[in-house]
Amino acid sequence: MQDNNWRILTRPLIDENPLTLQILGICSALAVTTSLDTALLMSFVVICVLALGSGSVSLIRNHLPHSVRIIVQITIIASLVIVVDQVLQAYAFELSKRLSVFVGLIITNCIVLGRAEGFAMHNGFVASVLDGIGNGLGYALILVIVGAIREFFGKGSLLNLQILITTSQGGAFEPLHLMLLPPSAFFIIGGIIWYVRRKRPKQVEKPEFTLRPRAEGSE
Amino acid sequence: MNALLELLLRSVFLDNLALSFFLGMCTFLAVSKRVDTALGVGLAVMFVQTVTVPVNNLIYIWLLAPGALGWAGFEDLDLSFLKLIAFIGVIAAMVQVLEMTLEFHVPKLHRAMGIFLPLITVNCAILGGSLFMVERSYGFAESVVFGFGTGLGWALAIVMFAAIRERLKYADIPDGLQGLGMNFIVAGIMSLGFLAFAGMG
Repeated sequence: MQDNNWRILTRPLIDENPLTLQILGICSALAVTTSLDTALLMSFVVICVLALGSGSVSLIRNHLPHSVRIIVQITIIASLVIVVDQVLQAYAFELSKRLSVFVGLIITNCIVLGRAEGFAMHNGFVASVLDGIGNGLGYALILVIVGAIREFFGKGSLLNLQILITTSQGGAFEPLHLMLLPPSAFFIIGGIIWYVRRKRPKQVEKPEFTLRPRAEGSE
Repeated sequence: MNALLELLLRSVFLDNLALSFFLGMCTFLAVSKRVDTALGVGLAVMFVQTVTVPVNNLIYIWLLAPGALGWAGFEDLDLSFLKLIAFIGVIAAMVQVLEMTLEFHVPKLHRAMGIFLPLITVNCAILGGSLFMVERSYGFAESVVFGFGTGLGWALAIVMFAAIRERLKYADIPDGLQGLGMNFIVAGIMSLGFLAFAGMG
């Protein structure tokens, strides 16, 4: 039992990572990663919502009529997100302004609904909470890697701590502005997926058909 | 009039929801295998977006914004914290209504985008559009234009992306990068292309 719970918690980190394998919750992952602090805050918020959301859905799963389950799940998630949003606006106003609409968008973040529908509806409370935390951590892992890369190369700093002195401050580091723009997030996540799939070849999707090798001498 | 036209161009190209704000990415990556399905989803998103953003705008202005209930005698009531739950409810309801109307009046169009309509409730581009509308405090006319523009922009992006993906099947891609990895890189290159529209503003 202990072992099983541990598997539920750690499996989503790399083997079944929500971002790189399940294609869930990509929207918010890309948008909040221009610096490490927003990425960390967003990860924390998502872990909280996921754990609580999966937990509460799992608690009421036996009393829930099948036909209205999605709307109940969305309402639970929306209420949790409103609470989180209000707390953030009260205690971390600056950061919540920078996260802009993306805290609200956790409602439609497919990870939360996907895990509620795919896991919490069929499993007990403890397992569902652990699955929520595990998936949240898997999401956080990618967010932190992308956020760190983008902030380090884009501004020469980590968590607003200047590490490389930029040319405008009299140093030698020329910041890569591309890293702060949207496309870099796509490239970095593409790169991470490439790396993970090199290490774990069984994650590679089967091609729909294979190309015939080109005949010798014909172009 | 000029300001509205500018907003339209801005929301289609420069502030493209899919490629600059990464909204609706899950759908964007999942249902872009073929151009015709992509066109179906694109149309459905455009449709729902054009309707829900103005409706949410009215609800926000007349019911939820701080002091909005002044007409009912509650001058200092601020219900804006309810906006998330109100918007998601409106979106779910609108999608349902749209589906029934289309099925009844335009069954052909309904068949074309039928299965994608329910999916749209959880497409973050729709909720994101409404939230951006509040954050940037658009008026009613602006919200109509913004809703239509962002929907059109999203549809444009997914159709182009699907067209590229169809051609990609014939490409020789390095091991491990096939599939999802390559899709991200293609989306990144497209996003770079859309950045070039920044010069328009």
